[in-house]
Amino acid sequence: MSQFTISGSPHVHGDDSVKKIMYTVVLAMVPAMLVSVYFFGFDAIRVLLVSVISCLFFEWIIQKYLIKGPLTINDGSAVVAGILLAFNIPAGIPWWIVVIGSLVTIGIAKMSFGGLGKNPFNPALVGRVFMLISFPVQMTSWPVARPLFAGGFTDAITGPTALGILKEGVGAGKTIDQILADPAMPSYIDRLAGNMSGSLGEISAIALILGGLFMVWRKVIDWQIPVTIILTVFVVAGVFHLIDPQHYIDPTFHLFTGGLMLGAIYMATDMVSSPMNMNGKIVYAVGIGLITIIIRLWGAYPEGISFAILIMNAFTPLINNSFKPKRFGLVTKK
Amino acid sequence: MNALKTFKIGGVHPEENKLSEHVAIQSLPLPKQVILPLGQNLGAPSKPIVKKGDLVKVGQLIAKGESFISANLHSPVSGKVLKLDDAMDASGYRRPAIFIDVEDDVWEEGIDKSDSIVREITAGKQEIIEKIKAAGIVGLGGATFPTHVKLMIPDGKKAEYLIINGVECEPYLTSDHRLMLEKGEEMLIGIQILMKAMQVDKAIIGIENNKPDAINHLTELSKNYAGINVQPLKVKYPQGGEKQLIKATVNREVPSGKLPIEVGCVVSNVGTAFAVYEAVQKNKPLIDRIVTITGKAVKKPSNFKVRIGTPLLQLIEAADGLPENTGKVINGGPMMGKSLSTVDVPIVKGSSGILLMKQEESHRDTPKVCIRCSKCTVVCPMGLEPFLLSKSAKLGKFDKAENERIMDCIECGSCQFTCPSNLPLLDFIRLGKNKVGQIIRSRK
Amino acid sequence: MNDVLLFTLLTLGLLGTVSAVILYFVAQKFKVIEDPTIDMVDEVLPKANCGGCGFPGCRNFAEMTVKSAKENQSLEGLNCPVGGNAVMKEVAAILGLEVQEQEPQIAVVRCNGSLANAPAKSTYEGPSTCAFAHNLFAGEGGCPHGCLGLGDCVASCDFDAIEMDPLTGLPVVNDKCVACGACVKACPRGIIELRPKGKKDRRIYVSCINEEKGGVAKKNCSVACIGCSKCFKVCPFDAITMNNNLAYIDPIACKLCRKCVVECPTDAIIELNFPPRKVKVETTESAPPAVAEKSAEKSENSQNDIQA
Repeated sequence: MSQFTISGSPHVHGDDSVKKIMYTVVLAMVPAMLVSVYFFGFDAIRVLLVSVISCLFFEWIIQKYLIKGPLTINDGSAVVAGILLAFNIPAGIPWWIVVIGSLVTIGIAKMSFGGLGKNPFNPALVGRVFMLISFPVQMTSWPVARPLFAGGFTDAITGPTALGILKEGVGAGKTIDQILADPAMPSYIDRLAGNMSGSLGEISAIALILGGLFMVWRKVIDWQIPVTIILTVFVVAGVFHLIDPQHYIDPTFHLFTGGLMLGAIYMATDMVSSPMNMNGKIVYAVGIGLITIIIRLWGAYPEGISFAILIMNAFTPLINNSFKPKRFGLVTKK
Repeated sequence: MNALKTFKIGGVHPEENKLSEHVAIQSLPLPKQVILPLGQNLGAPSKPIVKKGDLVKVGQLIAKGESFISANLHSPVSGKVLKLDDAMDASGYRRPAIFIDVEDDVWEEGIDKSDSIVREITAGKQEIIEKIKAAGIVGLGGATFPTHVKLMIPDGKKAEYLIINGVECEPYLTSDHRLMLEKGEEMLIGIQILMKAMQVDKAIIGIENNKPDAINHLTELSKNYAGINVQPLKVKYPQGGEKQLIKATVNREVPSGKLPIEVGCVVSNVGTAFAVYEAVQKNKPLIDRIVTITGKAVKKPSNFKVRIGTPLLQLIEAADGLPENTGKVINGGPMMGKSLSTVDVPIVKGSSGILLMKQEESHRDTPKVCIRCSKCTVVCPMGLEPFLLSKSAKLGKFDKAENERIMDCIECGSCQFTCPSNLPLLDFIRLGKNKVGQIIRSRK
Repeated sequence: MNDVLLFTLLTLGLLGTVSAVILYFVAQKFKVIEDPTIDMVDEVLPKANCGGCGFPGCRNFAEMTVKSAKENQSLEGLNCPVGGNAVMKEVAAILGLEVQEQEPQIAVVRCNGSLANAPAKSTYEGPSTCAFAHNLFAGEGGCPHGCLGLGDCVASCDFDAIEMDPLTGLPVVNDKCVACGACVKACPRGIIELRPKGKKDRRIYVSCINEEKGGVAKKNCSVACIGCSKCFKVCPFDAITMNNNLAYIDPIACKLCRKCVVECPTDAIIELNFPPRKVKVETTESAPPAVAEKSAEKSENSQNDIQA
């Protein structure tokens, strides 16, 4: 008779695994990937492939030769980081910048802290911000979106993002009406569908929300974080719009432009760098929303979600310590 | 239709696998020998009052519970005391036990063996408690807390509700379910007896709605019993936990570190209610119980009425033997049960089921790193942070663990069940609880 | 431009001076006067901060020695197990005292329930901590007193003096052991004991702490002490005591005559670092493998490794 196994209870396990979670995230990003391919064509595929492959490569080489630990590249976390990094950069960027960005993402932001689960900051965002500061020109040369089957493959024309137009316009002292009349400004429908310039993954709000709903359904993310971020941005932007509609654009504009959706749904909800309980998550999300809108309205950069998430990532340990879940039976009823 | 009641925070939903749900309770034939560990109840072990060579009858007192939290032990068989010796029990350690060789089936006088239902409750409050104490009844849900101690409400406290636990939230187990279906009437009388003993006029039977037949059956029957209500509950583990059940049924929260009586509730298992009926109305001490024998590879998953002390092997054989590829034998359910190293152990008062797991089911996946997904925090029914408690205990930071309320953990295993990284969260939390408990005791 | 430079220099210079003055007075005001001998004693201590002396760290130990020297003129009860006699002599010299030589000690693992001697009867799956497994079950070998082999002692050792032998599944103490006692505390079953190192590192001890009845113990482990009392009877120095079916050799009373080792029917008594026996004894069937060192090296491992 074979020997029985002895272990502590529970003796059954749910069917969740790290791998499953990671590939669910990948699946959730497919709609946004398709949209980016549709609008940016071959360039989008190129950036995605370079980013994912180099992220996997760096993860493998670091695990094998530097950490000398178990190889876990098939757990999907490097794939997720690679796709997210690609989502955050313009399609027309030279391939070697993407490779450098991947090295920063995997090597500095993830593996130097000990790999999956240990990184205090969202790796893809660290990579993105590093590239933005090191290669400002390439990182802000946004190709103009051009539907795949509309008018062949000509050389990509670059154009500013909606947020960039806004920032420049406000800086030049134009009123909101004048800015919106700018021919380069995408229409509402275009903003929603993604027919505008921007980073790979951030353009289509609809595709991103679709993926987000899928992740909420699969219980990979909590809906509270994205909803709170978006609500915060909406409320703050709305208040200023009501005060002075000629200087502050209407809040829906903020929701569907720039990386807000991408950041709120895919980046801020990153398990590793977000707080561990619901109370903390709400505080964290409000913080991200506030910092984002502050940077957008008054900061030097047109877009602020990356910085906002990174700043709140830094606060995560503090939030974890200060905000605790509601304990059962802690408050005595009277 | 309004939403079904349940507890508010946390909870998981493991696969139910109630394989023996529709199998009626059968009586297991008498064993040849019984082994009766003396520590079958929570608290102090019973003191044996028989010696080697003594002849005993069914229902005869053989070991007395002497300290405050302790219970009597009766001979479940008639025969000769073979020896008093150590025997392996479910804990995996050898503990003192009484061995009895079975001869015939001679019952002690005064015990009503018949199936006729005695409805009229003649005993008074004190008499009921005395009878329950004499019968050695303990909580049959698995915690084996002596029932008579529970019934003695401390001064200054008042019990308002008697909550009967028919939840059976553990996957696989069906003994309570079958009992409710087959002995519903007796159980309700038992509940009335308990209500009389504690002088409460409201009793709630909490049943998860994966047992609609039991809910209907008992709702129908309880119409004749004033004050007893059946409360269907949403299926969610660990609803059978005392604190979770109180929250689910009467929406009160037992304060941390306190007993349910603090919020005017006393919780008892359906099996206990039935045992109380037998003790008070039929003078029958606790000598048998319903045990589920189940598992995916078991040929005949069933529910047996088993005399306490029966060798586990006999029970397994009654379900057509130990399957070839058994990898794990669990005393209890898969979420909170204990794995056994051998089938050479007796059935005790606290065994609600025996689960045989196949080789391929019985291994854990390799643990990976924590990805801080916070799923454990979400499912913890006590609102704790299992990842933090586990880590603190692993690193030996027991003061930190204590501040984070490690002692509130009910060891339900939801965190480890849900952990995508397969971390042994509960193992370390148990270790931490053990150490913190020692520290707290040494402080006093 | 020059103005800016001058202004900067002046401001910084002034700030620096003012801070220096403030710091000087604060330092004077809060000066802690400490006995310089504490520093001197601290200097000679091993700085392992292992806690083997019973104090949280070496500094506390230094403070206690100075205090004790002042108040009682002795170092009684104070000993640094890591530094041993050499360090204690230095400490005593600093304090102008004499110190009694302590016999050096070493940790001894009193279990020989190796994978071969106590074959596994079940498989444990879970975290590698003895403290948890001890609460869970009796152990893979089935002996409720035996070594669980999960290495809490190894983890507790600050000196790399104890490691697991993968062949036997038992921890092995090497000569880096300083007898700080960390492993003794770490073992949930109390298997490890500190015993005098003995002359020429020769030691005899009962490598079992099982208190079960002989038959039960033997069933789980072929080298268990079965409480037969044979060693007790044969010992000419009354060094062996029998308690709860278990023999214990008092290391101080033991004169290392090795009579018990030969007598033990289960080879539960272990002798270490003795020269090979004379031929006369070699013929005894139950003689431990130490007899034929070379030929029986493999089987000897399991015993000698325990302390080697």
